[in-house]
Amino acid sequence: MSGYLLQQIVNGLTLGSLYALVAIGFSLIYGVVRLVNFAHGDLMMIGAFLTLALVAGGEVAWAIVPLIVMAGGFVAGGAIERLAFKSIRGAPMITGFIVTLSASVAIQNLGLMILGDQPRNFLFPSVFRERLEIGPVSLGVIDLAIPAATLLLVAAVVAFVQRTRLGIAMRAVSENPLAARLMGISLDRAVLVAFGLGGALAAVAGLFWGGKFGQIDPLMGFVPGLKAFVATIIGGVGSVGGAALGGYILGFAEVAFVGFMPAEYAGYRDAFVFGLLILILLVRPQGLFGREEEQRA
Amino acid sequence: MLRLEDLQVTRGRTEVLRGISLSLEAGEIAALVGANGAGKTTTLMTLSGLLPIAGGSARLTLDGRELDIARTAPDRLVAAGLVHCPEGRQVFARLTVEENLRLGAYLNRDDRRIRQLLDEAYALFPVLGERRDLSAGGLSGGEQMMLAVGRALMAEPKLLLLDEPSLGLAPQITERIFDTLAELNRERGVAMLIVEQNAMLALEIAHKGFVMEAGSIVLSGAGRELLEDASVVEAYLGGAG
Amino acid sequence: MTAGSPASSRRLSQLQALVLLAVLLAGGVALLEAFGSGYHRTLAALTLINVMLAVSLTMTNGFTGLFSLGHPAFMTLGAYVAIAFTYPAGRKSFAMPDLPAFFSGIEWPLPAGALIGAIAAAAAARIVGISVLRLKVHYLAVATLGLIIIVETLALNLDGLTRGGRGLTGIPRSAELWLIALCTLLVIVGCWRLKHASVGRAMLAVRENEMAARCFGIDAVRLKVTAFVLGAGIAGFCGALLPHVVAVMTPNSFGLMLAFNLVAMVVVGGQGSILGAVFAALAFSLGTEGLRPVEESLGLYGLTQVVVAVVLILVLIWRPKGLFGLDEPLVETR
Repeated sequence: MSGYLLQQIVNGLTLGSLYALVAIGFSLIYGVVRLVNFAHGDLMMIGAFLTLALVAGGEVAWAIVPLIVMAGGFVAGGAIERLAFKSIRGAPMITGFIVTLSASVAIQNLGLMILGDQPRNFLFPSVFRERLEIGPVSLGVIDLAIPAATLLLVAAVVAFVQRTRLGIAMRAVSENPLAARLMGISLDRAVLVAFGLGGALAAVAGLFWGGKFGQIDPLMGFVPGLKAFVATIIGGVGSVGGAALGGYILGFAEVAFVGFMPAEYAGYRDAFVFGLLILILLVRPQGLFGREEEQRA
Repeated sequence: MLRLEDLQVTRGRTEVLRGISLSLEAGEIAALVGANGAGKTTTLMTLSGLLPIAGGSARLTLDGRELDIARTAPDRLVAAGLVHCPEGRQVFARLTVEENLRLGAYLNRDDRRIRQLLDEAYALFPVLGERRDLSAGGLSGGEQMMLAVGRALMAEPKLLLLDEPSLGLAPQITERIFDTLAELNRERGVAMLIVEQNAMLALEIAHKGFVMEAGSIVLSGAGRELLEDASVVEAYLGGAG
Repeated sequence: MTAGSPASSRRLSQLQALVLLAVLLAGGVALLEAFGSGYHRTLAALTLINVMLAVSLTMTNGFTGLFSLGHPAFMTLGAYVAIAFTYPAGRKSFAMPDLPAFFSGIEWPLPAGALIGAIAAAAAARIVGISVLRLKVHYLAVATLGLIIIVETLALNLDGLTRGGRGLTGIPRSAELWLIALCTLLVIVGCWRLKHASVGRAMLAVRENEMAARCFGIDAVRLKVTAFVLGAGIAGFCGALLPHVVAVMTPNSFGLMLAFNLVAMVVVGGQGSILGAVFAALAFSLGTEGLRPVEESLGLYGLTQVVVAVVLILVLIWRPKGLFGLDEPLVETR
């Protein structure tokens, strides 16, 4: 296997991991409240800046930074739900995503107000910046750490949703909120957990994003967020595993487009991703692996 | 144990319940019958705390504690022992049979007790035990009804609200379900409020019956009496049942 | 809808309203041309363009219940097409070397160029619309957002036509205020007529209950495509006008934030209300311009946009149908 090909595979894996982490949140949130949360990508930005703040201070041991960032993402995700989305629950779908779009715009511009529009450089602890020589290629530790951590998190979330009492309750809400309430499941709680969990994963994706690309800015979250939503659709909205898989498929497709097309096409990668989105929506709106979505009253 | 006084409920601008009064004592089965759109389902939804009360009162007395339904969250009502088995069964089709049952005991944190309740449910409906790992969506209508009842029992109800348990089921299965309900009432003392289109069926096992029409109770009496007075009931049901 | 009720006696008749609107626009233009500064005229031009955009989006989204965020994509398209016709001929080979030879010698007046830009945008909308408009509400929103990014990416990369990220400068400032005012009048009147004609009523029926409308033999998809194409045409026209006001065009002149702001105007006005969109666009344009000095003096860039977003959320919570819903204030509708 050529070094170039291996490098591309690693790139696809890394990018796919980032999309997967954000896509799972879209899926969880859509599952419980049938809301496409446009503000979800911005939690990535919040996570990235939270990481920067923690690392810049230099006080916090880097090993626990991801935990604090995830906790912060959980709180931020939950807070956004309580502040902006709770009062429109049950409103028509259009209202729902105008509000999430507004929340996204508000978060981005609050970021601009507080942080300014200059991108910040992002320095990961030196352990992650070391390079490993594996045969003909050299890989950054971070390129391996991101997929490994992502797979661990995906497995944890799948286990949570499949096995735990609260996870099963969330699936119940996703399928039939009325019957779920009759079981004594608190809708508020399930929704809060979905937003919080999604927020935690998006925040840690922000940490990885900064580590991988080295620069962060207040508007960094929106377009990757939209792309992660594309990944969610590819995987079939409403399933955690599907969303993660969709993330990897999109990551690999994007890297393949950039890596194997003539160089002058590389600039068109976003057009490619969203063209792909429209194509998939038209041909297979339930996603590559999803089932036909039932109408929910 | 349940006392409704002049209960009024509006949905949108329409008055759906126009002042309903009824009471149910511990260990009793009451049948609530009436034609389509009389307000039976609305009554049950209101009792479960899912609809706001516009006027009158609905009080639940369980274990000596009195709860005002208007001010109690749905999950608190379930915890107190008021369990609603909704119309159309509403099993979680994508979840397994056992997951459905466990959700019935969602508010119960005692794993050993949940195990016991599961065993009881499987003893009551052996077919559920055979299919515990299948998704509920694959069950037949009758099996789904058993699952819905089993799921409700997992919450250890003191008062069980049942909405159209016979809906869409073959007659012999319906009979089987009603036999089970009567047995649960006799042996465990579970009080029930059963909404039924099939009035005769419900009145047969009920201690008392209420006939609803256009959001009001127009007739009430002991189950047997109403059954004997079948012609009157028929008139209110518009020939249904 | 309120015709015959006591309130309608205090409403203007349609003719009165038309005359009033024309007088207001003409008077405003005359005053600004006589006494206004260049800044005032530019502000007025941008405000009127916002009015046209909001009205056209309320037609696309409000009448049929679609939810498209794609206006900026069509604006960008309309703008670049128009510029290909209107850009100073002598500088085309330098700024736009990839332009076909046909364009190199021509330098058309703005109205002709803008009209072709509008037609190009409408044609693109027609091609995209036939397939995209079958999508469910939330997928359509995401797909049209994707459309903005696709168009932006193309414009950024087609360097020989757009000068990429450096942008095109030196575009003739040929969008006179009277021309923009005239177009505004035409757009408002045109959309008003459409809304109250049988086509418009059919569109509103689709919005209220698509299934029922179909039962009456209304071709819902065709009406949605019509609303989408017309809206895109107006968007393309406005997109063509704008660079001829500010003399600059870049691939991200019309981006995601504009999509959001337009939706904000339409929603605050009441989705489907033409005069609601007009008032909301006026309030938005003048309000954000008023907030700009505050933003600059405090150094809090982004504040205006936060205010817009928060206002929109509050409106949706307290008044989910916007200020006027589908209704038209002040003017009789029949």
